[in-house]
Amino acid sequence: MPLPFEQPIEDLAAKIRDMRAYASEQQIDLTEEIDALQARLDRLKRDTYDNLTRWQRVQVARAPGRPTGLDYLQHAFEGFTELHGDRTLGDDPAVVTGLATLEGASVVVIAQQKGRDTKENIHRNFGMSHPSGYRKAMRMFDLADKFRLPVVTLIDTPGAYPGLAAEEQGQAWVIAESIRRMSELTVPAVSVVIGEGGSGGALAIGVANRVLILENAIYSVISPESCAAILWRDAGEAERAAEALKLTSRDLVALGVVDRVIDEPLGGAHNDRDTAIALVKEALVEELAQLTHMSGERLRRARYERFRALGRFEAVA
Amino acid sequence: MALERWFRRNKPTRKEEDNSPAGLWLKCDGCHAQIYRKDLVANRYVCPECDHHYRMPVDARIDLLADAGTFERWSGHIQAQDPLEFEDTQPYTERIEKAQKKHGRPDAIVTGAAELDGHAVALVVMDFAFLGGSMGSVVGEEIARAAERAAEEGRSLVAVTASGGARMQEGALSLMQMAKTTVALGALAERRLPYVSVLTDPTTGGVTASFATLGDVIFAEPGALISFAGPRVIQQTIRQDLPEGFQRAEFLLQKGMVDDVVKRSALKGRVAQVLKLLTAGLPEPTLEAPRAATV
Ligand SMILES: [Zn+2]
Repeated sequence: MPLPFEQPIEDLAAKIRDMRAYASEQQIDLTEEIDALQARLDRLKRDTYDNLTRWQRVQVARAPGRPTGLDYLQHAFEGFTELHGDRTLGDDPAVVTGLATLEGASVVVIAQQKGRDTKENIHRNFGMSHPSGYRKAMRMFDLADKFRLPVVTLIDTPGAYPGLAAEEQGQAWVIAESIRRMSELTVPAVSVVIGEGGSGGALAIGVANRVLILENAIYSVISPESCAAILWRDAGEAERAAEALKLTSRDLVALGVVDRVIDEPLGGAHNDRDTAIALVKEALVEELAQLTHMSGERLRRARYERFRALGRFEAVA
Repeated sequence: MALERWFRRNKPTRKEEDNSPAGLWLKCDGCHAQIYRKDLVANRYVCPECDHHYRMPVDARIDLLADAGTFERWSGHIQAQDPLEFEDTQPYTERIEKAQKKHGRPDAIVTGAAELDGHAVALVVMDFAFLGGSMGSVVGEEIARAAERAAEEGRSLVAVTASGGARMQEGALSLMQMAKTTVALGALAERRLPYVSVLTDPTTGGVTASFATLGDVIFAEPGALISFAGPRVIQQTIRQDLPEGFQRAEFLLQKGMVDDVVKRSALKGRVAQVLKLLTAGLPEPTLEAPRAATV
């Protein structure tokens, strides 16, 4: 299913497919015509994806078929071993954690996991964690610190789950605690926003030395829909809210919130998953290589300074 | 006309300050008794009849906690920028300017040094009346500075929170204040200086999910709404009514999330007691010969 703005691309691609089929059926040479159409398709794709509005990027960030946390864990890493449970309340399927190697180096991995179909989405609670998920993540921070293993987190959540049990079990408390624990790690930590970076629920596992974001991913203090509902009292104004919130990868680099954008293949990660996964892997390997020589104390200090410096203000006249 | 303007100017202000209606007399939200406004103020914005705790203006809060004449303000030298050029029904810059004029401070927070029953503290008090106490870059920076300066000067930190959460108009930068305030608290922890947080009505969203709930000791005021997600958001998600008292201070005490619910009349004493006990720990162990192992 193409996204609404992808329909013209899909239509043109279908036309090329038809022409190819017709040419082979009728055993006639349409190479010239097909090449011309293919060139037009490439131009159309580039024009479309180079000029996505912020709201369109929100749609790409949430697109079905976009690689999820587990897709990266299984294909960018080797030997992923899932470790379950928070040892207190249960095992939150919205967060997947464990051990893996990345180009031969052992790492602790934490990924927020949306479903790849409706059934899995319900199981994963659409990637919205309960406190148990954050407790599980904190258990991984402890493991990483103890065995001196770098931490990689993959962020993809609409937000921490706003429900009865979640509140009773201290959703705010675990998010705060997770931010604190991650900030104090004495091992390298790299985060990648792979889809949706939804507010505090995303930040809870995003206090890394280096924060990366995929080209079409978003990271925001509030979803455009909720923002619109509050400011314009109309969730239908989400498009306006998305523009106002400046939540795209390029915006976030400009604000200093993220350090690096990982380019996506033309047409977005959902249209070329293998390339997207390879690009994320390449970026992670590079980033970790830069951090592994740093002492634990320096890594902790660098994280302190990175987040301490964020914000914009001026002297009172 | 003039009278109407006067009402428009004054009535909402006072209502937002302490959620008590204007006028000489008011009908208490808690017990519906008619209360003389001056009595309410004299009683620290607590109903003399039923003990209902109203929201409290910042200056009254400082008077409540700081020993007389000891408060020395640190905050107030920085103000918001508009990094997103954010505009909803009005531009963010206008919103800020109006709030500044109305409340006479640059943003939704006051910090400073004080003595609290003789203990050297840094006081952080959030101002809910100022754009819902929302945390943007300025609020985050003032908290971080206060925590770091407290650490430098060997003061304990006492933070009184009241906030609707992160300030949307500063986008992801306001989200980052959750991390900024949290890391700054590390400076206190390193020096083993106590941090007592006092959660007041309402404390929600990104403030609850960061520095507010990281206190070594967490007190909450009676009846205060304290949450991550607001009740309306939860209701929309689960589509059922919320239980009585859900997300209120007493409920959170029962769930193990706060150390105690403390009445305003007892607050200063309880904070002082905790500070006294926490700062009376054993000295750092010095080098000594290990004791002989017992067999
Ligand atoms: Zn009353």
